[in-house]
Amino acid sequence: MSKAIIKIEDLKREFTMGTETVHALRGISFDIKEGEFVTIMGSSGSGKSTMLNILGCLDQPTSGTYEIDGVRVKDLSRNELATIRNEKIGFIFQSYNLLARTSAIENVELPLLYNSKVSTEERRKRAIEALEKVGLGERLHHTPSQLSGGQQQRVAIARSLVNNPVMILADEATGNLDTRTSYEIMALFQELNKQGITITFVTHEPDIATFSSRTIVLKDGEVMQDYENHNIQSAANELAKLPKQDD
Amino acid sequence: MLGIIIGVASVIAMLAIGEGSKESIRTTISSMGSNMITIKAGADVRGGVRQEASVMESLTLSDYEAIKAQSTLLSYSSPVVDGRGQVINGSNNWPSSIYGVNPEYLNIKVVGLQSGSMFTDTEVQTAAKVAVIGQTVVENVFPDGQDPVGQMIRFNNIPFKVIGVLEEKGENTFGQDQDDVFIAPYTTVQKRILAIDHLNQIMSSAISEEDAPNAVLEVSEILREQHKLTDTDTDDFTVRSMEELISTFSSTSEMLTILLVAVASISLLIGGIGIMNIMYVSVKERTKEIGLRMAVGGKGSDILMQFLIEAILISITGGILGVILGLGATVFIEKFLNWPTSVAMYSIVISFVVCAVTGIFFGWYPARKASALDPITALRYE
Repeated sequence: MSKAIIKIEDLKREFTMGTETVHALRGISFDIKEGEFVTIMGSSGSGKSTMLNILGCLDQPTSGTYEIDGVRVKDLSRNELATIRNEKIGFIFQSYNLLARTSAIENVELPLLYNSKVSTEERRKRAIEALEKVGLGERLHHTPSQLSGGQQQRVAIARSLVNNPVMILADEATGNLDTRTSYEIMALFQELNKQGITITFVTHEPDIATFSSRTIVLKDGEVMQDYENHNIQSAANELAKLPKQDD
Repeated sequence: MLGIIIGVASVIAMLAIGEGSKESIRTTISSMGSNMITIKAGADVRGGVRQEASVMESLTLSDYEAIKAQSTLLSYSSPVVDGRGQVINGSNNWPSSIYGVNPEYLNIKVVGLQSGSMFTDTEVQTAAKVAVIGQTVVENVFPDGQDPVGQMIRFNNIPFKVIGVLEEKGENTFGQDQDDVFIAPYTTVQKRILAIDHLNQIMSSAISEEDAPNAVLEVSEILREQHKLTDTDTDDFTVRSMEELISTFSSTSEMLTILLVAVASISLLIGGIGIMNIMYVSVKERTKEIGLRMAVGGKGSDILMQFLIEAILISITGGILGVILGLGATVFIEKFLNWPTSVAMYSIVISFVVCAVTGIFFGWYPARKASALDPITALRYE
């Protein structure tokens, strides 16, 4: 059994809205092991965004424990949380969130700017490696506006890889892309997963889940289903099955 | 950035125009002779009867020479002997005043020549019979529009050669016609007209209006020494400055300074608000970027530093460009609109410093807000 990098136990998150208390998460427990490709599914209001914020160390649970790579996140300060995010998590967002007017390579270097342990030369070297890994080795100096949506998301993926995180956290990473491009991106995720990178993918699209090794379904702040996927679809094969485009 | 540039540039240009106008108004007031100092023989008492100053003979050429040699606050000095008489040119004649002076008199009175030239020191030494006459005299003794320069005319019985004509000056504040004058070397007037060897007055001008009161004290000291007066003796002369004009001068100056300060502070305030807006909008529109930077590990302090450095860079480059633009605008105004301008060093320093400081402050304030943002909210911000 490989090591669990995420340990969640009886996690609860409540928001106070005026006089009412909203229970976004009502006691969630699961582990994510190294090398897993987990999709977290759920309809709106199921608590998946809250789950994502806590997993990403952007938010703190009201009660329960969350441990990432052996670090208990509860009671850490804002700055300590920032360091955890910087060193252990790679974020990928639905809307890419690249810095406009900034080249691909500079976008990828961004997380390392906040890590004083990495020198300038190493930062550049690692950014180039990450971009090569996502197949953008030729477009290092393009700005986001000169790249397609799929390419922008690849830059974002490269950015999430550059700090060698223990886990990549993707939030609806294919939500803004057409089917073909999302399959390309999913193929890239599967490829990265095969290289041993742990991926947690939050989505509401069921077909995305079929590419992952495990699916956790949330409903009303509780885990409704948590199953291993024994019949993992290959995104590369699905891509090949799509009708050829004329371009 | 543009706001800062225009803010700094407009302050510099406004202050340059203001300073220029101030200078030109000061010059105008000075041309009324506001820094003039007159020294007269004092009223003496003879047998209980107070004598008129003009009959006194206590003011001499050696007094003039002592003042000339010892004073430090006077720019020009001239002995003055004066009298009344008839100016005669052929069949035309006109009663006028004759002033026996030296060439510096025109500088003291701040009056120029319309044509011809002033007599020289040599002509003073040789008691030459040459004269410079005012417009009123010209009109009355040359009624047919003849050029007076080079003509021979008589004052009483003495023939003088007209060598210059004064510019028109009009009446002074007491209604005296300042153009009704006949100016000749004081030596000539002393010997040929009045037959005296004392002086009626000494006229001087202080280096500046501000120096006039001290110049009065200085001249008094010199004359007391010169007249060998003991501490108990009262002055046997009077030294007067143009107090009314000086107070006009200084109050006008002060008003203009207040006006300038007001204009400058309003411009700077507007510039500062412009900077604040720019910085605030810059932070606002980059909320999402801030969220992202925080998500990938940027700490609050990192974000604060980033925006602060940006604000400093923008303010300083904007300030420098503004100074250049302001100086350029000033040169343009001077060259093409012919407005008097004068760039004061303080206006450059003040506008630059104020813009840099407001830029940094108004950059720091939104930057602080940015660094305190919740990363989740910032990321979701549209």
